[in-house]
Amino acid sequence: MNHTADVKNVIKKNIEKNKNKKREKIIPNLFLLAASISILTTVGIVLTLAFDAYKFFAKVPLKEIFSTELAPLAVNPSFGILPLISGTIITSIIAMCVAIPIGLTAAIYLSEYAKESHRKILKPIMELLAGIPTIVYGFFAYSFVTPLLMNLIPSLGAKNALSPGIVMGIMIIPMVTSLSEDAMNSVPNAMREGALALGSTKLEVAIKVVLPAATSGIISSFVLAISRAIGETMIVTIASGSSKNFTLDITQSMQTMTAYIVEFTSGDAGSGTVGYYSLYAVGLILFIFTLLMNLLAQYISRRYREEY
Amino acid sequence: MNNRTKTRLLLDKLAHKAFLLSALFALLILGILIYRMGTQSIGWLNFEFLKNNLSIFPEKSGIYGAIIGSLRLMAVIAPVTIILGVSTAIYLEEYAHKGKLQSFINMNISNLSGVPSVIFGLLGLTVFGRMLNLGSSILAGGLTMSLLVLPIVVVSSQEAIRAVPNYLRDASYAMGASNWTVIRTVVLPSAVPGILTGTILSLSRAIGETAPLVVLGIPTLILKVPTSVMDDFTTLPIQIYYWTLDTVLTPEYANLAAATSIVLIIMLFLMNSFAIYIRNKFQKRY
Amino acid sequence: MKNLINNKENKVIYDVKNLNLWYGSDQALKNLDFTINENEVTAIIGPSGCGKSTFIKTLNRMIEMVPSVKTTGEILYRGTNLFDKSIGVEELRTKVGMVFQKPNPFPKSIFENVVYGAKIHGIRNKNQLMEIAENSLKSAALWDEVKDRLNDNAYGLSGGQQQRLCIARSLAIQPDVLLMDEPTSALDPIATNRIEELVEKLKKDYTIVIVTHSMHQAGRISDKTAFFLSGEVVEFGNTKDIFSNPKDKRTEDYITGRFG
Repeated sequence: MNHTADVKNVIKKNIEKNKNKKREKIIPNLFLLAASISILTTVGIVLTLAFDAYKFFAKVPLKEIFSTELAPLAVNPSFGILPLISGTIITSIIAMCVAIPIGLTAAIYLSEYAKESHRKILKPIMELLAGIPTIVYGFFAYSFVTPLLMNLIPSLGAKNALSPGIVMGIMIIPMVTSLSEDAMNSVPNAMREGALALGSTKLEVAIKVVLPAATSGIISSFVLAISRAIGETMIVTIASGSSKNFTLDITQSMQTMTAYIVEFTSGDAGSGTVGYYSLYAVGLILFIFTLLMNLLAQYISRRYREEY
Repeated sequence: MNNRTKTRLLLDKLAHKAFLLSALFALLILGILIYRMGTQSIGWLNFEFLKNNLSIFPEKSGIYGAIIGSLRLMAVIAPVTIILGVSTAIYLEEYAHKGKLQSFINMNISNLSGVPSVIFGLLGLTVFGRMLNLGSSILAGGLTMSLLVLPIVVVSSQEAIRAVPNYLRDASYAMGASNWTVIRTVVLPSAVPGILTGTILSLSRAIGETAPLVVLGIPTLILKVPTSVMDDFTTLPIQIYYWTLDTVLTPEYANLAAATSIVLIIMLFLMNSFAIYIRNKFQKRY
Repeated sequence: MKNLINNKENKVIYDVKNLNLWYGSDQALKNLDFTINENEVTAIIGPSGCGKSTFIKTLNRMIEMVPSVKTTGEILYRGTNLFDKSIGVEELRTKVGMVFQKPNPFPKSIFENVVYGAKIHGIRNKNQLMEIAENSLKSAALWDEVKDRLNDNAYGLSGGQQQRLCIARSLAIQPDVLLMDEPTSALDPIATNRIEELVEKLKKDYTIVIVTHSMHQAGRISDKTAFFLSGEVVEFGNTKDIFSNPKDKRTEDYITGRFG
């Protein structure tokens, strides 16, 4: 039994040796350090935005900021933010008009009607659609959807809010579908079976049983989708253009907050000018908008999760 | 059957068809998009296009530099996100006990994943571009993108780690393993497929992103193929963007943008398929 | 080898002194006081929720994995209090091996499973690892069944073989005590029988504590039995005595199957 003594001794020595090592104490701190990077990122975002945005708000009177006059590069520049906000909201609304009805009904189909074999084909296609880069969608909107729509609406501008809005909606469909479907799938089957046993059709089950039970998840998917639309950049930059007019006419070019940031960073605003600081001010507003949306979505889905 | 029942059944049938159409809409759009890009790039997407670098003449232009730029960008993003993302996930799942710090970091990560990419561009521009003086180099772009996709890697790694059954950890602890030994020899080996899937998905998100790089100020025309992480660079999406902007003056640029889109979509498709393959292959092991 | 025949009462390995344990504010173990002797099989029996699993997990401090656990009292292991700061939990667990309810081999080869403990504790030499694997598998009566496929995945083994592999894995680092937490509850009768025979054989080299649902199992394989009820030890003594002549009414009710 030499072997026994040997194994025991090696293990004992090894444990003694490791006892004095600080490894077990240092390692968790290294991981904590890595985990704190994500917090630092948030802090970094808030600080960079707030710091330069502050300079902007200190220089530009509030009355000008809340005006419809946006002309950052004029001889007498004006920094009204309303055109950007209306542009952002209008393109997002168009996107929602596409994404919500199609996304939700597709989710109902996948969750309530589809056979397993159909689901297995459709889900990966949805994933593929979700994986297409926004720049490709932007190019698609500008070079295909806009000319197509011009046939229907002759007055449509080469850059307009309608086409990128629609394409943005298409881009968001997979997100609405997959989140809503998750919400519907978590509705217990017993609830469906109860209604089916009473002679309800699948449609009636979907509308009267599944949708009400899955409301919180579905609404939170809508809110996340809106947040995604507000933050979307390349589609609107390419296809909606950079007109800074305050308008509600969706056949015309309008600029979103995100497109403004892209135009100005890649453009002429030198560091230190009011135009440069305005970037961060717009960034800060955009950040607050999307953050509130995300918090709202989390709140909705958490608040109503304990229903069953 | 009375009339009311007939109507109800008819409605159900109609709804079934309409909902199916909605679901097929995704397929339709995908088809149109690929068909459209495909026909536009006929005659343009060839070996020369992949091999040549940018040129002021559309017919001589190629995307070699952009492909190398995208690959080099990935080479920065992958190690940074794997190290930071997996470490964060390990901390959250294996060390932080269900407390305030853990839920704070979790909430922070979920909020970060909802921040628009253009905002990450502003962060990168300020911190990496100007404060650390990295300009619009591959390193600056890579670090910016790493922060952008970090939440994806963290969340998928967390899921992978959580899926490792506790009885395996117990077996290891019961033999006198330390925390770190359990993580190193039991948790991580079992979680690797999930972590890999998340990393590939995050990389495919990153190489499709445009806005943060545009905000960083990537120059329009780069004729030099980057050789170090400090070089300026261009990527496939950036190239699509600049070509699209100039289609009014040079209509051929639309063909170049379409051809580049096809290359980018194929790259992403391959990466995503690989990720899904790994996920399915290792899904049910316990 | 020690001379067991002359030693009527074996050396004490564990001396449990006034042990109390709480999960948060729920008390799970109450005033436990008894001893566990070397080279004996001690069975812990009792109905579900009586604290028997909790108790066996205090013997290698696996119970500390539950964050809200608090204990008072002592468990002396070879004369030193387990809860003493000077005792490293890792060191303790190399001396006190554990086998769980459900076989839990790692998703690795049979060989890698057996030598896992040796490897993480610094044994690298290939020949030595091979020797350890062979000896441990032989001790766990599994060698003949797996010697030709040591590199196959452990998940290809049957449930009973997996459990014996887990026993081999524990034995590979030469522990002093083997804790078994309902090791046969997931196994069929034939596999159960093989484990019981193995326990019988292992007790000459190891001290064994076994939690079991089955009184018959306790009767067949143990030297001492502790009957747990609602966190208390109702009766502790020689298995023979407990089963033939229980002193407490509740013990009698339990072993005659009137409840539990």
